[in-house]
Amino acid sequence: MEVSMTVNGREVTGDVEPRTLLVHFIRENLRLTGTHVGCETGYCGACTVHLDGKPVKSCTIFAVQVEGAAITTIEGMASNGELHPVQEGFWERHGLQCGFCTPGMIMSAAALLEENNNPSEDEIRHGIEGNLCRCTGYHNIVRAVEYAGAKIRGDEPAPPDWEGGE
Amino acid sequence: MATTSVMGGSVRRREDPALIQGTGIYVDDLQPTGLLQVAFLRSPMARAKITTLDASAARDMDGVIAIYTHEDVEHLGPLLAQVPIGKLRPLLADGEVNHVGEAVAMVVAETRHLAQDAADAIDVEYDVLPAVIDLKKAASDEVKVHEELESNVIHTWTYYGYWDALGLEDQTPLVDAAMGRDDAVVVSLEMINQRLIPVAIEPRSVMAEYNSGYNRFTVHSSTQVPHALGGAISKTFGMVASDVRVIAPEVGGGFGSKLNVYNDEVLVAFAAKDLGRTVKWTETRREAAGSTIHGRGWIGTATLVGTKDGEFLGYKLEALADMGAYSQNFTVAIPLLGLWIGSGQYKMPVSWTVDCVVTNTMTTDAYRGAGRPEAIYYLERVIDAYAREIGMDPFEVRKRNFWQPDEFPATMGCGFALDSGDYAANVDKLMEVADYAGLLEMRDKAREEGRYVGVGVGSYVEVCGFGPAVLAEIGFSWSNYGLPASFNGSGLVRVNPDATATVVIGTGPSGQGHETTWAQIVGDGLGIPVENIRVLHGDTREHPMGIGTFGSRSVAVDGAATFEATKRVKEKAAKIAAHLLEAAPEDIEFADNGAHVVGSEDQRVEWAAIAKAAYQAHTSPDDVESGLEAHTAFSPGNATWPFGSHIAVVEVDPDTGDVKLLRYIGVDDCGVEINPMIVNGQIHGGIAQGIGQAMFEAAVYDASGNLLTGSLLDYPIPTAADLPSFELDRTVTPTDVNPMGVKGVGEAGTIGTAHTIVNAVVDALSPLGVKHIDMPLRPQRVWAAIQEARG
Repeated sequence: MEVSMTVNGREVTGDVEPRTLLVHFIRENLRLTGTHVGCETGYCGACTVHLDGKPVKSCTIFAVQVEGAAITTIEGMASNGELHPVQEGFWERHGLQCGFCTPGMIMSAAALLEENNNPSEDEIRHGIEGNLCRCTGYHNIVRAVEYAGAKIRGDEPAPPDWEGGE
Repeated sequence: MATTSVMGGSVRRREDPALIQGTGIYVDDLQPTGLLQVAFLRSPMARAKITTLDASAARDMDGVIAIYTHEDVEHLGPLLAQVPIGKLRPLLADGEVNHVGEAVAMVVAETRHLAQDAADAIDVEYDVLPAVIDLKKAASDEVKVHEELESNVIHTWTYYGYWDALGLEDQTPLVDAAMGRDDAVVVSLEMINQRLIPVAIEPRSVMAEYNSGYNRFTVHSSTQVPHALGGAISKTFGMVASDVRVIAPEVGGGFGSKLNVYNDEVLVAFAAKDLGRTVKWTETRREAAGSTIHGRGWIGTATLVGTKDGEFLGYKLEALADMGAYSQNFTVAIPLLGLWIGSGQYKMPVSWTVDCVVTNTMTTDAYRGAGRPEAIYYLERVIDAYAREIGMDPFEVRKRNFWQPDEFPATMGCGFALDSGDYAANVDKLMEVADYAGLLEMRDKAREEGRYVGVGVGSYVEVCGFGPAVLAEIGFSWSNYGLPASFNGSGLVRVNPDATATVVIGTGPSGQGHETTWAQIVGDGLGIPVENIRVLHGDTREHPMGIGTFGSRSVAVDGAATFEATKRVKEKAAKIAAHLLEAAPEDIEFADNGAHVVGSEDQRVEWAAIAKAAYQAHTSPDDVESGLEAHTAFSPGNATWPFGSHIAVVEVDPDTGDVKLLRYIGVDDCGVEINPMIVNGQIHGGIAQGIGQAMFEAAVYDASGNLLTGSLLDYPIPTAADLPSFELDRTVTPTDVNPMGVKGVGEAGTIGTAHTIVNAVVDALSPLGVKHIDMPLRPQRVWAAIQEARG
């Protein structure tokens, strides 16, 4: 079946089986491999992308279901060589270790901050609880999202809570 | 901005720009033209004879290239284990299956979906045999897992007898005599340290290509041990190791689950060679849950003997450890890692016996901590129960029995010596930063209000930095994969003509930030900015002898080797700089991307000039060969022994059994730190996995051997909403085992946590008389314990 959509601002088309998941279309047809597959069942969130501006787990949707939609993946987050504030926050606050959950985590966090750019710690933790990370214990992910929220609001981010400076 | 003052600095990670923009490459991201995909047919039975295995219909399906069964690969296997006790796993099931998820056949097809379709179409009939799942039942030998083995108990580790060469004395009579003393307080707890699934978020993936003209393999694998995999493949196919290039690109978490060399990695290489095509397999989450190694799985009784006023007189552990059906890499050796810290931080006689038992379940092996979280859990839980019994503060009891600072190196009954430590100072710092007295006051006040608040404490020492060459004698080496027989460290440092430095190491990181940490080690030594340093790892072609990343070993062993190599490069560079500056080499100092004469900073030459001169014979001194690199090996004389203490504050809802973790505070000591930001991250992740075991996770098989926890729905690892922020601090006690004084920190958080949480929940419920609840402390279990206590 032929399917067409906009991905990271570009029109794309592809020939897929009806059973092709959106995540496989993105990874295999479009070769955008920043969106990851961690569980194929919608629990881990590594495949999170934005569908018409909302975060969705792309392993729970068939490619043919999003005909005509606008998709943003991790590769579309930085613009004109500038990192998205959430990407910057993850780098500045050590919000990642192995990096496998990171693209999905960044997509969820960016969507959260889109709705509320000054979330409490509790709101951040509940906002990203659909994305699993096994490396960080989430501590520095929360700090990264707080950093990004401050940047988006135009505030000075809180200093890091580790020794040894920035 | 250039960063040159780097050791001890929280330098942002060099790895991150690619990972946060989605351009980091993991194995499953590789999609070369003409790629074939693999699916495995796996056993749905825990124990059965295979009576029919007919793949003829599946072979005729569209897109199917090949289907392999045991007969096709029998001549290649089995893959050896480093401690080959028990039954080795056949490459594919050889007429019988011994756990759900065991690979029966391998399908190669044009796409992943077609491979899976064909696997489903293979006709298999099983003659079901009784499965042995329960550990105690298995140990009784009522039914044997493998007819050819004498017993389901395939090995017994004892504190004194694990290594005859040491000639150790059995301390059991001392412990028994202590129990008989009139003033003895004897406290015993039977406890389960449940089986866990590691759950790296990246499923394992392997891709192999074989060039028959060159007789060479190139294998990409999501592995912590690329050199071991290269060794295993070369040995399997009768090649030299140098003709098997293994690349571990980005690896999405390991935690020990990617420290094995797996049958599937060898089978994918076999298919690539047999078919002359590039072949890839990526496990599904269900396969990750049931066919990649598990960890823990102990049941045992811990007994502490002490006086009424808090002096320890002895400790005894008698436990069964679940090995699963087959022995893989280090399976049987895992309890030994726990044995070495069997006495914890305490000076007392120890009797320690662990039986290794086979069952019809997936193999167990190294999962974060590997034997050490189990050992510390039993010891620290029973210490807590003892403190409660004699009515003494649990930190006070610990401090009373710690090894004292002037006793290090402290030789334990197991024959090893704790390298360095000031355990009481570590506890004092934790009590201060946590305001321990204030926490107890808060708890007592909450109790008066009828709330169930608990303050749990725990300490730990661990053993890491593997390792001393002598351990090869008891299986800690890759010699069964044909590699040199010791876990040395090595590092290559080269300054290039463009004044960048290249560092090549044989580690296999999966998120630990080695590209940053090693850039700091070398940058600090040479005065080269970390931005100008490239760190290469995870590629057997780049580095001749890598051991991999596991057992918190990388910085303490390979980092130390790199530190030494850096010194040698510096010595040579000093001669060149001295030549250029017309000064003496001993007067040269490196800083700010150049070198200057000590005390005279305007007599300076840039690294750009030094590096250029080093590669041109006519500009370098006569007695200096051109080129600027050094490769150094490091063999530590001892393991390293990090330690720490933690506090957990919990509140239990008595109506629902729900446990809320209010605070988690840790003071850890991993010796000297290179990058405190990365150290914090390692401890955070370790704590989260310890909390996962204490509160949420359990790998469960039913009585007939079906895995009930094969998805992330049934096996709930902690989410962000389950955890609080962690409060960390440190003490720093350097080790003299290596020249940097570093100890290792990858597993510490996990080893220090599970008992701390359980101690807190038991403390919260102590007014009801609850003495122990087995992990995981999910509401149902906690609620049941409350009901039982209330009668």
